[in-house]
Amino acid sequence: MSEFLSANIPKFTSVLSAIAVFFIVLGVIFAIAGRANGKKARPIALTIFLGPALVLLLAGVVIPGVRTILFSFMNPDSNKFIGLGNYQWMLEDPNVKTIMINTILWIMVVPLFTAALALLLAIMLDRIKHESIPKALLFMPMAISFVGASIIFKFVYEYNEPDQVQIGLLSAVIKFLGFIPSDWMLSKPLNTFLLMIIYVWTQMGFGMVILSAAIKGVPSDIVEASSLDGAHGWRLFRNITFPMVKGTFIVVLATGVVGALKVFDIVRTMTGGNFGTNVLANEMYSQTFVQFDQGKGSALAVILFLLVTPILIYNIKSLRRERAHN
Amino acid sequence: MSKKIAEHTPGRKIFSSKIATVIVWMITIIWTVPTLGLLVTSFKTDTKILNEAWWNSLLNPDFTFENYKGVFLGDGSASLSTGVLPYFINSIVITLPATIFPIVIATMAAYALAWIRFRGSDLLFFSIFALQIVPLQMALVPLLLLFTGGAHIGSVQVFPALGIAGDFAGIWLPHTMFALPLAIYLLHNFISGLPRDLMEAAYVDGASHFTIFRRIILPLSIPGIASIAIFQFLWVWNDLLVALTFASGTEEVAPLNSKLASLVGQYGSGYTQLSAGAFITIAVPLIVFFSLQRYFVRGLLAGSVK
Repeated sequence: MSEFLSANIPKFTSVLSAIAVFFIVLGVIFAIAGRANGKKARPIALTIFLGPALVLLLAGVVIPGVRTILFSFMNPDSNKFIGLGNYQWMLEDPNVKTIMINTILWIMVVPLFTAALALLLAIMLDRIKHESIPKALLFMPMAISFVGASIIFKFVYEYNEPDQVQIGLLSAVIKFLGFIPSDWMLSKPLNTFLLMIIYVWTQMGFGMVILSAAIKGVPSDIVEASSLDGAHGWRLFRNITFPMVKGTFIVVLATGVVGALKVFDIVRTMTGGNFGTNVLANEMYSQTFVQFDQGKGSALAVILFLLVTPILIYNIKSLRRERAHN
Repeated sequence: MSKKIAEHTPGRKIFSSKIATVIVWMITIIWTVPTLGLLVTSFKTDTKILNEAWWNSLLNPDFTFENYKGVFLGDGSASLSTGVLPYFINSIVITLPATIFPIVIATMAAYALAWIRFRGSDLLFFSIFALQIVPLQMALVPLLLLFTGGAHIGSVQVFPALGIAGDFAGIWLPHTMFALPLAIYLLHNFISGLPRDLMEAAYVDGASHFTIFRRIILPLSIPGIASIAIFQFLWVWNDLLVALTFASGTEEVAPLNSKLASLVGQYGSGYTQLSAGAFITIAVPLIVFFSLQRYFVRGLLAGSVK
């Protein structure tokens, strides 16, 4: 016990002193800089308010990003340029081909499925009593880490030999329905889709909550007017509801694409990228930190970046439009 | 009649109430059962986990706290000799500063971008907004190299090695850096919406930007800051990639989530360890989620539907 305390009490003192020092330094700087007046006051204030963020963004995101691009043209130890070698490897290696196909599957299936289910639930939630209870339960997985969610589903996908008790829910249901369960994580290409379910399970609540808010924002007189005109069910949805929440729906889709592209924890925890389930973000990690090939790892990161650029451009465009409106 | 019109939201006209209720509750049950399964499993003995499905255990309950005791304090096995308690402490030690630092720095930057106009402030805001989508993976290796070896131009060292790799500071810093773009964007949305008159009146009275920030901006931004802080807290607590890259897997610095991930891959770590360990890991975020759900939802909405 005393050994435990001596190992862990310093952790608390270090965290408390780090927070204290942070605020004391900030307080002192504020007190000194606050005295400046006249012409210098504005530039001083700007430097102090913006400086830390800009330095951290430059040192932590911008410069490393540029260096990663450079590394992608270099050898594993990043000390010699090798031209397009790492990109050529990507085109030629059969494993990378599987990885690319899986990644494309992820970004096509996951966002659409997540957003469609979220929209369906958002519409139905608007229709029922006590909506806050199912809403909270459907939303809850968002608070769970991908690793935690993967372990939850490890138990769902657990498989035993057919003559034994099935302790995994999926296997038991399949058996109950009269089919023979199989070792799910080994069954290609089904395993990739089973991994996608874990992602959808955690992230669907996000889309549901913001779509639900958007639906409640549709003016009720528009709905009333169109239903007086005889629009019900599917027609009402197609002509009124969907056009009004389309912007939010696209936000959910875009978030899904970015998230699905970067998925790493689930694949790493469930299969380690084996059995044909590997994806870009997991391969980037293994090339860099398992194979110690910074060149290939960086090239994979660059591809990841290139794949999100269209969404980046779209986001900037819509932000500019939005700002022009205000 | 007017009351009736007000009740007409779109959903009410697309599905009948009965069908909607049945479908929503069916999906809700499907969504909740996996977590329930983990919870029940985590209270079962090792042999029971393997030989009896958890839904059957509910019918003849025979539960034990031994798994939690073993996982918390160590069960003597190779994979969990000392238990997860040190990792739990690490998670707290990592998460607190990694939530506080970026939010304070982001609030300051958001105030400057919103209320101290300068040439290029729009361009800067757009650039920061754009950065939020840049994958973490783009920065990992160079940032790690910066921590271990400093920065060089050619063979000239322009920045010393920070020597914080594998240290708590070496995890706080990347989390702070990566959190800034989104936090600045969200807080800017919030702070730029505060009433202009307040700021101008204070400025006319001779208050400095620092006084305005402390006396007006901070108190009024508390709701916005709270919702973003919850997000950042959950993000850091649940993170795996940054932890794997910047914290060595040891019990000195590694957080709970990465310990849990390593249990999955380790030979000999049984289902008792996995289930109880997983539940300990997700318990804190779940408590945060259920007690602060209102702020959480508000934070989501601030970021996506504006």
